[in-house]
Amino acid sequence: MNGRDFTLRVNGAECTVCVPAMARLLDVLRHELQLTGVKEGCGEGECGSCSVIMNGELVNSCLVPIAQAAGASVLTIEGIGESARLHPVQKAFLECGGAQCGICTPGMILATVHLLERKPHPSYDEIREGLNGNLCRCTGYMRIFEAVAKAAESVAQRSPAE
Amino acid sequence: MRSYPADYELVAPGSLETVLRLLSEEPGQWTPIAGGTEIMVLYGAGKLTARKFVSIWNLPELREINEDGESLAIGGGCTFTQLRRHAGIQRHFPLLAQCASWTGSIANQNRGTLAGNLANASPAADSPPALFAYDAEIEIVSVRGTRRIPYTEFHLGYKKTALAADELIRAIHLPKRFHQSFRYARKVGARNAQAISKICMAATGSLRKCRVEEIRIGIGSVAPAPLRASVTEGILLGEKINDVTIAEARRTLLSEMTPIDDIRSTAEYRKLVAANLLEEMLRAFAASETAG
Repeated sequence: MNGRDFTLRVNGAECTVCVPAMARLLDVLRHELQLTGVKEGCGEGECGSCSVIMNGELVNSCLVPIAQAAGASVLTIEGIGESARLHPVQKAFLECGGAQCGICTPGMILATVHLLERKPHPSYDEIREGLNGNLCRCTGYMRIFEAVAKAAESVAQRSPAE
Repeated sequence: MRSYPADYELVAPGSLETVLRLLSEEPGQWTPIAGGTEIMVLYGAGKLTARKFVSIWNLPELREINEDGESLAIGGGCTFTQLRRHAGIQRHFPLLAQCASWTGSIANQNRGTLAGNLANASPAADSPPALFAYDAEIEIVSVRGTRRIPYTEFHLGYKKTALAADELIRAIHLPKRFHQSFRYARKVGARNAQAISKICMAATGSLRKCRVEEIRIGIGSVAPAPLRASVTEGILLGEKINDVTIAEARRTLLSEMTPIDDIRSTAEYRKLVAANLLEEMLRAFAASETAG
């Protein structure tokens, strides 16, 4: 149909997709690039399951038309860590039981990474605010908040210069 | 149910000049899209009737915040995150930074823009009350040139604005004369985070010898468009704030609002809460002179 080529950098690798300009970044990541760690929840920017980091800012990929992601750098959960080499935030979620059904988890982890980049030592209120756009349908919020606090400690230990 | 992306056209010319030329050459054919926090929601739900979009996201000309001694100019494409982080806004216009923090989640604040909030013209938007309180002016641009109007002349009715089909909001101008003023803002929603307001109020004012010298009150979700409560302001000017004038102000505000029942609240609740917020604000305002 009216597909066009769009080039973006996803998890450090440049890729080109041929899709209509209005295609959602969420669908491009899942269907064209097979990055199925990004989940669709509400599809209207309320739940945060589709969170990715675009040019350093947390966004809901269901609300980003691909034409607006052209040339951008996009980080998904697949770019955060691998099973063999987990990111400290992923480790903290595992250790604290911050994941239940798992649908919200990739978005929660990306929101946490985004938060800790700006606030390496977040207060409890700052944790709640940083994750306020990420809903957990299993309502495991307490353990998620504990995981964020624990992740902040280990990230701070990893980079003492901060 | 879901929209089919190939049914839509979206172009991203990359400069303000090119966007304005397109809007002028085919007036009414193209809808501007910035951060997509409104348009993409309709798109996802299969309810987006417009078919041709021009991206104004990240146009450098619209993302600047410029400040001089007298005023601050916020480019229309600035995100709520930018408003919250900007030192000049935090210092001179804290109500606006606060209202920005009430708008959606962090991810939505990273994409939603101030001009988008105004052009979308939802009566429940959180930034308009602060812009009324700070006496904002709107700079509007098209290939025909630029014009500036008081923000009080921007909203013409439900989802109707002063923008012509070929025009964009270039910037929002705020005069720097409020840092000594009394200020107030409060949002009432179903929950703290990510809730669309049932009521949102912001106000600034100054007293001279216990009498109201200046007052500006902006309220969301009580009329077809964001409301500047100018009739209520008018009966307060020159008066002392006491039980009598507060009762009079409450009555006047009730006659000035036309709230509706909707999914978030009822007209009755909105009337009562708006009058209560007004009273809370006025009592704090009266106490501010003795405190200061």
